[in-house]
Amino acid sequence: MNIFDFVAQYWPRLLAGTGMTVAQFFLATLLGVTVALIMGLMKLSPNKLVRATAVTYIEIFRGTSLLIQLYWIFFVLPLFGVSIDKFTAGYVAVGMNIGAYGAELVRGGILSVPKGQWEAALAINMSPAQRMRRVILPQALVNMLPPWGNLMIELLKGTALVSLISVADLMFETKQINGSTFLSAQAFGAALVIYYILARFMVTPFMRWLEAYMARKMGRA
Amino acid sequence: MFDWKWEFAWEILPRLFVATGNTLLAAGAGYAIALVLGLFLAIAQRSPSRALTFVVRELVEFIRSTPLLLQIFFIFYVGPQFGIRLSPWMSGMIAIGLHYACYLSEVYRGGIDSVPKGQWEAAIALNMTTVQKYRRVIIPQAIPSALSGMGNYLVGIFKDTPMLSVIGVAELIHTANAIGSEHYRFLEPYTMVGILFLAISLPAAGLIRLVEGRVRRKMGLK
Amino acid sequence: MLDMSGFPLELSGENKPMVSFRKVRKSYGALTVLDDLDLDINAGEMVSIIGPSGSGKTTVLRMLMTLEQINSGVIYVDGKPLTHMPKGGQLVPANERHLHSRRSDIGMCFQHFNLFPHMTALENCMEGPVQVLGLSKAEARDRSEELLELVGMIAKKDQHPSRLSGGQQQRVAIARALAMRPKVMLFDEVTSALDPEVIGEVTNVIRGLVSEHNLTMLMVTHQMGFARDISDRVCFFYGGKIEEQGPPSELFGNPQRERTQQFLSAVREAV
Repeated sequence: MNIFDFVAQYWPRLLAGTGMTVAQFFLATLLGVTVALIMGLMKLSPNKLVRATAVTYIEIFRGTSLLIQLYWIFFVLPLFGVSIDKFTAGYVAVGMNIGAYGAELVRGGILSVPKGQWEAALAINMSPAQRMRRVILPQALVNMLPPWGNLMIELLKGTALVSLISVADLMFETKQINGSTFLSAQAFGAALVIYYILARFMVTPFMRWLEAYMARKMGRA
Repeated sequence: MFDWKWEFAWEILPRLFVATGNTLLAAGAGYAIALVLGLFLAIAQRSPSRALTFVVRELVEFIRSTPLLLQIFFIFYVGPQFGIRLSPWMSGMIAIGLHYACYLSEVYRGGIDSVPKGQWEAAIALNMTTVQKYRRVIIPQAIPSALSGMGNYLVGIFKDTPMLSVIGVAELIHTANAIGSEHYRFLEPYTMVGILFLAISLPAAGLIRLVEGRVRRKMGLK
Repeated sequence: MLDMSGFPLELSGENKPMVSFRKVRKSYGALTVLDDLDLDINAGEMVSIIGPSGSGKTTVLRMLMTLEQINSGVIYVDGKPLTHMPKGGQLVPANERHLHSRRSDIGMCFQHFNLFPHMTALENCMEGPVQVLGLSKAEARDRSEELLELVGMIAKKDQHPSRLSGGQQQRVAIARALAMRPKVMLFDEVTSALDPEVIGEVTNVIRGLVSEHNLTMLMVTHQMGFARDISDRVCFFYGGKIEEQGPPSELFGNPQRERTQQFLSAVREAV
């Protein structure tokens, strides 16, 4: 069976799996960006305790594996009375993991804004929150977008792990099809191509567009 | 802590240590493959042949854009379809080695690009062959600026070895899964695996930074 | 295919030049850097190239070192074609193998020294002899130390370039090039990147080479006084051509062409 016949026969399941992958991707992105912003800002806080919290979070999530985090959230958290379904466990693990990496990008982006900008914002008597929100963050965002592009690809790839707690994403469907048909080359090959299309022709172009859009908005293009 | 059984934790510790050995072995072997293969991928992208450069570039892009987990399955299951049987270890090493070779090729490329043009010219003026140029002049200078990237991916490979559990490589997660299903207890094995990972990757990151500084100084690069 | 019939497979005769540019043309897109250059340099001759920036001076050296390809014409070194090789009774563009075999006649010193930063001064000098010429380490060390002595850098032989001043680095670079025993030495603005107070230590080394060795040398320089002192011949380049050439006393003392006069008086005013 060639790969076209394979896709013609199994496309509904591949499509369903891809839909689930995209859903996991979006939810994990939402969570990941939020976590990254919070942790990145916390790591820059003058308060030692706040900073230590952020460092601990970041080191734990960057120092262990996504797979361990996923298993821990799904299998161990219920023992503490926090029971979450596999769908939620999936994107929460991916999002929290990526958030830790993103926090470093947020921190780096903020530090890359020239000191003169802080001083200028202070000189017009902005409050610390205003300075951050109105002056620093917009510029930091433009600076950190290029590495975020790579991180988003890592996030997309990370979602494949949710198949290991039986979330019916593209990886999971592919494995199921492989298990029942033994058409390994076709099944895994098709999935590789779909992931590649998502990464190369959707995520990356969107991030490039976002970079260009932000640069234009900041008057840098 | 809630329901934590020290006795049980103590009992499974030896098994986890053995698995740690396997994890480190897998990471080391995968990294060795990636280090060497990555260099070839980087140099191939600087070849004068447009076709070779294009093919390698696209291959690297493809492998970097798709999940390692899927690649592990692909290599493990597709072989037998064509009569090639690879052991879990073998498939795992090929998958991880190839995946990270692509990342390392980008690190090397960055390092090679950071070597000033004058160094290439001086090498030509000394009448060096292409191999001599890379081996004696370019790579020694590219490595210091590539070191931090190389170190990050060593830790990265270590943290990705748990994916090998899916094809039955007896590394840490695989062992934790086995313990968990034997005893119906997941709290201790998964938590301990997490701590073991932290205990290795955090000092490793520090160590890498130390080595980086050493190498730079030893090479006379400040 | 270009017509190569006007170019001999080899130059012969008692007085054949050490270096010969024959109708050499080099352009980058629409910009012509060298326009059908003809230039012969005799064995043992010291030739300086002067001229305004963008006149193609440095390009002459870079083509001779095979750092850049020429568009047409042929360069001969020691009678044999450098940029081309004979094949079936005709000259065809050289392949890497031919370049490798012919490049050993030429050595070059660069404006920015280009010493290998990961090697000490001595290791820089030994690198070519050991790796390319296949000398034993002991032989290469003897030869390199002798040359480092010659350029006055023997005391610093175990230092990395980052610990040396510009003038010291350039002297090591000269020793490194000489260690390959080239027949032709090229000096590409070797004093331009140096602080004024250390220029002398480099020019003195080159002076010594001129008076004591029978090397063929080609030098691009902005230092008119130096060129005048040590050259057998000075070429004034303008717009990719040799506008005027002659013994330094004539070219500097009694320039014939208007552009040469303008250039020289502009340079004098700047000093």
